[in-house]
Amino acid sequence: MNILVCVKQVPNTQAISIDPVTNTLIREGVESIVNPYDGYALEAAARLQDKDESIRIVVLSMGPPQAEAALRECLSLSADAAYLASDRFFGGSDTLATSYILSECIKKIEALENIKFDMIFCGKQAIDGDTAQVGPEIAEALGLAQITYGLTCELKDNELHVLKETEDGKEIAAIGFPCLVTFTKPDFEPRFATAKRRFAAKKAEIGRISADDIPDIDRGKIGLKGSPTQVRRTFVPEVKKGGTIFRDGPQDESVRSLAQMLVDNNIVATVE
Amino acid sequence: MAYNQVTPEIIAQLEKIAPGRVITGTDINPDYGRDEMPIYGTRMPDVAIDVLTTEEVSEIMKLCYANNIPVTTRGAGTGLVGGAVPMMGGVVICTSKMNQILSWNDEHFGVVIQPGVILQDLQQAALKRGLMYPPDPGNKLSTVGGNVSTNAGGMRAIKYGTTKTYVRGMTVVLPDGRILKIGENVEKTSMGYNIVQLITGSEGTLGVITELVLKLIKAPKIAISVLAPFEELNTALQAVPKVFQSSFRPTALEFFERDILIMSEEYIGKAVWPRDIKGTPIQAYLLMIFDGETMDELDPILEKLTDFMLEQGAMDVMIADTPTKIKDIWDARGVFLDVIFESARLYDENDVVVPINRIAEFVKFFWDEAKQYDFGVNYLGHAGDGNLHIFAVSNDMDEEEFKVQVAKWMTSMYQKAKELKGELTGEHGVGGGKVEYFQEYVGDIAYELHRQIKLAFDPKNILNPGKVCFSYEELGLAPANV
Repeated sequence: MNILVCVKQVPNTQAISIDPVTNTLIREGVESIVNPYDGYALEAAARLQDKDESIRIVVLSMGPPQAEAALRECLSLSADAAYLASDRFFGGSDTLATSYILSECIKKIEALENIKFDMIFCGKQAIDGDTAQVGPEIAEALGLAQITYGLTCELKDNELHVLKETEDGKEIAAIGFPCLVTFTKPDFEPRFATAKRRFAAKKAEIGRISADDIPDIDRGKIGLKGSPTQVRRTFVPEVKKGGTIFRDGPQDESVRSLAQMLVDNNIVATVE
Repeated sequence: MAYNQVTPEIIAQLEKIAPGRVITGTDINPDYGRDEMPIYGTRMPDVAIDVLTTEEVSEIMKLCYANNIPVTTRGAGTGLVGGAVPMMGGVVICTSKMNQILSWNDEHFGVVIQPGVILQDLQQAALKRGLMYPPDPGNKLSTVGGNVSTNAGGMRAIKYGTTKTYVRGMTVVLPDGRILKIGENVEKTSMGYNIVQLITGSEGTLGVITELVLKLIKAPKIAISVLAPFEELNTALQAVPKVFQSSFRPTALEFFERDILIMSEEYIGKAVWPRDIKGTPIQAYLLMIFDGETMDELDPILEKLTDFMLEQGAMDVMIADTPTKIKDIWDARGVFLDVIFESARLYDENDVVVPINRIAEFVKFFWDEAKQYDFGVNYLGHAGDGNLHIFAVSNDMDEEEFKVQVAKWMTSMYQKAKELKGELTGEHGVGGGKVEYFQEYVGDIAYELHRQIKLAFDPKNILNPGKVCFSYEELGLAPANV
């Protein structure tokens, strides 16, 4: 079986701080990492591969040439091959244009490798954009059934059984092939790169896909011009200061004072 | 030897020396009566003073010397042998507010600091200038003055040496209040006895350090971590001497067993480390750091190391080379001590050193010995230098019984360490907790020399009494609440 995992290189947002004077993000020196949710998607694929060595894992990313580093990291973890979709015509794409480009790239890779992907795994969202749209939009573009918020998965009776997060707990959903699954954070972290794989990954060839490589792509649907989303303005949210902390006196008294304040401010109707 | 009580008159004089910073009685921060190993006793001082200058310390010492009042110096109180606990009462001088980095000499790789500078502050400030202060004891919130006083080591000692390697000069207030400024930041000195190195590691018994001249080195640009899991501890430990024999120069080489890793990961709530390889459980880990200027320089070394480790029986070799991965891998290692402190009501520890080719033998010995006792054992070790941190822990034992049993166990370990040609303590010191063991370990001649040196500096034995080479008991004072 073949699994394609979509990954994005993102700035480590945990390491980004805000300049207290200009109120803008300090991006300087911030490490670029594989989007953590994509890392969980890759780990889910790797765990399937642990059980069945014949499974082939291919990773795909869209981004500038330096995103190759993220793909090499995936190769050092568990991926067997990697492709980077990189072209100035792809730049400025919103989620719809991105998912269109990625879906076209997936078809291209299938043609190049002469395979069909049984599963496409994505992180549920990227930590720099937080839209959670690209995965489901790829499924839509490719006409695939999908499961979102996956935690772990296993192959069973020619189906993929996905343990997924729901509003009020977890459930196991089964899906046939081909399919797309997006993954969220499970209760474990992805594996470490083994040294052998890491050295091989450094030397590995990474496939490049440009707009010219996909002659059928509709250039009106890609890049900044092909994106219906328009960013009018970005701003740093105002930091709210002050507030009241109820901590003097016994706990139940503090809780009562807090409840009364909520009632007084019409935030809740009554408190029993 | 009879010490005098601190009288209201003396407090008034102290107040003149350090206005507004003389704290007495119950106003004293309770931390000033203990360090991180309370099993060796706790006691509050009668007076605590947050000192700010060398001259103040000198005046305080003159006053206390004239009046025969015990004085104990403390920094952050992160010691592990009761070294900074004022077991004879009297005055505690706290140097934590003397926390300024006074001057840098980037061309000459030097820095002059006050003793209360926090280790991680010095490390980070040096890094910003492209320099490194290599000593790296586990507790990054300890003060550099404290590190110097115990000649603290840490993980990087195998490549860069311990604290003493970086102490070039100091200003010290002697017990009678005289101010001694000695040593310069030069590579060589052949001038008389090396008093700077004598005071380094003297655990606050010879003088009060008020300024330090430290050597720095150019900081390596990158440091990456290598993890080698093993099916068996002995296989891992057998590989350790061969790492050096094969000319690898790790910056750190640590080892630990499965149990403490799992405890630590549960404590931080994050499971990052591999626990099995293709279904086979990992029993022991070697964790290494390699540093250098570029990845191109390190990569060939790492490739050779990988093959070497696999030949030595490692189940696999993993590399963490990004800040996130490196942080992930070290977070669990960083909390080992906290896990022990917070999971056990009673704990005691030793930090013996054995030759690196005898670690496996020593580990087997203390596990076998421990079987006859009721306490549990947690341990970890600097595999690269043979320095182990071995803890006895208990939640349900009676404290007295715990102490009795642990004392027997410790004695057997010290005998064994001596037999293996090791040392009693690698980086924590003798403090108040190990005076008897120390005497036994070094023998009468060395012990007597220590006492003569101590009395040459401090004829009245007022500075940190009851530590290193004088016991509480022989000073004629049963400490109040040991």
